[in-house]
Amino acid sequence: MNESNMTLSNGARPKPWNNPKIRMFVFQTLALGTVFWFGWTLFHNTLSNMESRGISTGFGFLDETAGFGIIMTLIPYDSTMTYGRTFFVGLLNTLLVSAMGVVAATIIGFVVGIARLSSNWLIAKLALVYIETIRNIPLLLQIFFWYFAVLQTLPSPRQSLDVADMFFLSNRGLYFPTASAEPGFGWVMAALIAGIAAAVFVHRWAKRRQLRTGQLFPALRVGTLLILALPLLMFMLVGRPLIWEMPSLTGFNFTGGASILPELAALWIALSLYTASFIAEIVRSGILAVDRGQTEAASALGLKSSFTLRLVIIPQAMRVIIPPLTSQYLNLVKNSSLATAIAYPDLVSVFMGTTLNQTGQAVEVVAITMAVYLTISLIISGLMNIYNRAVALQER
Amino acid sequence: MAGSVQAATLDDVISRGHVQCGVTSGLPGFSQPDENGDWTGIDVDTCRAVAAAVFGSADKAQFTPLTAKERFTALQSGEIDVLSRNTTWTLTRDASLGLNFTGVNYYDGQGFLVSKSLGVDDAEQLDGATICIQAGTTTELNLADYFRTKGMTFNPLVFDTSEQTVSGFAAGRCDVLTSDRSQLAALRSKLEDPSSAITLPNIISKEPLGPVVRQGDDQWFNIVKWALFVQINAEELGVTQANVAEMKSSTNPEIQRLLGTTGDMGEKLGVPADFGFRIIQTVGNYGEMYDRNVGPDTPLGLDRGLNALWNNGGIMYAPPVR
Repeated sequence: MNESNMTLSNGARPKPWNNPKIRMFVFQTLALGTVFWFGWTLFHNTLSNMESRGISTGFGFLDETAGFGIIMTLIPYDSTMTYGRTFFVGLLNTLLVSAMGVVAATIIGFVVGIARLSSNWLIAKLALVYIETIRNIPLLLQIFFWYFAVLQTLPSPRQSLDVADMFFLSNRGLYFPTASAEPGFGWVMAALIAGIAAAVFVHRWAKRRQLRTGQLFPALRVGTLLILALPLLMFMLVGRPLIWEMPSLTGFNFTGGASILPELAALWIALSLYTASFIAEIVRSGILAVDRGQTEAASALGLKSSFTLRLVIIPQAMRVIIPPLTSQYLNLVKNSSLATAIAYPDLVSVFMGTTLNQTGQAVEVVAITMAVYLTISLIISGLMNIYNRAVALQER
Repeated sequence: MAGSVQAATLDDVISRGHVQCGVTSGLPGFSQPDENGDWTGIDVDTCRAVAAAVFGSADKAQFTPLTAKERFTALQSGEIDVLSRNTTWTLTRDASLGLNFTGVNYYDGQGFLVSKSLGVDDAEQLDGATICIQAGTTTELNLADYFRTKGMTFNPLVFDTSEQTVSGFAAGRCDVLTSDRSQLAALRSKLEDPSSAITLPNIISKEPLGPVVRQGDDQWFNIVKWALFVQINAEELGVTQANVAEMKSSTNPEIQRLLGTTGDMGEKLGVPADFGFRIIQTVGNYGEMYDRNVGPDTPLGLDRGLNALWNNGGIMYAPPVR
C-alpha cells in the first residue's frame, strides 16, 4: 500500500462505481456510443427506406452527363460535361463571391467603424445612419434591391453606356477588354517580381534605419512606385507584348472581352454592405475597448494621431475584433447561398438546384452541399484562429 | 424498424379524411388560389377528382404549394399523396425517383417568349441570346439540347420561382423566356403589357404533364390513374356535370359501367361503386375541366390542340371502363 491510499478515510479502496475515473470513462463511453448509434441508425434507416421505395442511391450520378447550361463558369464547362463538373463550377462561383465579399466587407467595415468614432460630427453621423439602416433590413431584400431596383434600370445592350469604346455597361453586365500575353511578356512578369522584391528590401531598410536613427522614410509610397513602375517600364521596353480583345455588340449581346454579371455585382454589393455594417460595429467596439490612457500616452510621446491609430490602437483592438469578425466572415459565406434568388449560379443554385432536380438524388446532393459549407467554414475559422493567436496578448 | 414498405396510401387517406395534393405555388390555369383563397386549375381539378373517387366529394382535397425543386421530395417523404404539379413525364423521373406517373392530363411542349422589340420571329435566330428559365425543370435540359444541336450559344439565367423568372424577363435582363407553352401564356398574362411580348412558333420538346404517385402502392396508383381515365371516358361518352344525374338511367352499358349503375368497377379499385358518378358530378368530365381552367374562354385562351379527344383530332385517349 502506498501513501495516497492510506489517506482515504477508512483505508479501503473505493468501490469501482464510486471511482471518479471509472465513472467518467463509463459515462463518456455511453454518451459517445449513443451518438454513434443514433447516427448509424439514421444513416442505415435512410438507406434502407430509400431502397424499399425504389429510389436509387449512391454517387454514381456524378459521372453522368449534366446536359444543362450555366451562365458563368470559372473553369471550362459545357452541357456535355458531368454532374460532378457542375459541382466544381458551382463551388468556384460560391468561393469567388465569398472571397470578393470578405475583402470588400472588411475594407468598408473598418472604414465605417473608424468613421463612426470620428470627431467630425457629419462623418460620425453618416456612418451611424449607414450602420443602422443596412443592418436592420433583411439581406434578401437588399439583394433584390440591388438586383431589380438598381442594376435592372441600366439600359439594354443596344443602348449601353460606353467609356472609350472599351467598357460597356448595360443590364447584361459590365463588359471590358481582356488581354492575352505575347512572347516577351515574361520579362514584364520578371520586372514585377523584381519590383516586389525591391519594395520589400526598401521596407526592411527603412525600418532598420528608423530603429537606428529615428528618422522616417516613406517606404510605402516608394514601394508602391517600385512595384508599379518597374513592370510598366519593362512593358514599354519590350514593345507592349499584349493583345487586347475588345467587347463588341453582335446580335443580342456583346461578344469578346470579359464581363461582370449583374447577378454577381448585385450579390457582391449586397453581401459586402450588409456584412460591413456588422463589421463596423465590431471595429468600433474593438477600438472603444482600448483604454483611453493608451491614446493619451501615445500623444504624450508626441506620436501623430494617424500613427496612434495604426501602431497603438488597432493592434490592441484586433484582439477584441478578431473572434466576432470570424463569425461575420462565416455568415457572409453562408449568406452567399441567397444567390439562388437572383439567378447567380452558385453552389446552391447549380448543384443543389438544377443537379438535384435533374438527378433526384436529394439526400446525396444535400449531404455534399452541407459538407462543403461546413468545410469552408471550418477552414475560415481555422485560419482566423491562427491569425488570432498571432495578434493575441503575448504572456511574458 | 427500417425497411417497412409504406402502408396502403388509401387507408391513410381515408383515416385522415382528405387527399393531400402537391400543386404549384401559383400558375394561372393549372393551380392558383382565387380571390376567396380556393385553389383552381386543371392540376387542382385532377386531384379533386381523386378525392371525389375516394370520398364522393371534391372538397375532400387539400393542397400543398411546392416549388419545382421541392416537389419530388415532398411526394417521396409522404408529405403529399398525389403530385399534380405541371410535371413532365420522363424516363429518369419514372425509373429512378421511386415514383410512378399515372397518366397525362395535359400534353404540352416547350416554347419561347420574346420581346416584340427584338424583331425575332423564329427560335433559330436566337444565337447568343440570354434566356430566363425556372430552376429544376426539364426545360433547362431541352434548351441546352436544342441550342447544341443547332450549333448556337446561349446564356441561361436560372431563377428559383416562375415569378422571379417573369420579373427578370420584364426587367429586360434576358432576351427570351422559355417554358412549356401553356405556361408561357400564363406568364405572359402577368406582364405589365402582355402585348409587348410574343410566343415564337417553335416547339422544341414533348412535355406530357400528369399526376405522380409513390411507387410500390399499386392500389393507390390505380385509383389516381382511373380517376383521370374516367373523366376522359366521360367526355367521350357525352356525360357532363349537367346531365350526369339523368345519364344514370341511360341504357348504354358503357355509361352504366362508368357511373357504377351496373358492374363492380369501384370495388375492384377499392373505392365506392359510384365513384365515376361522383367524379363527374363534382368535378366534371375532362373537356369541362379543360375549358373551365385553360380553354379558349379563359384568360389563357389555349386551344384544345393535342389535348382534344382522339376521335376529335387530338391524342387524349383513355382505356375503356370494363
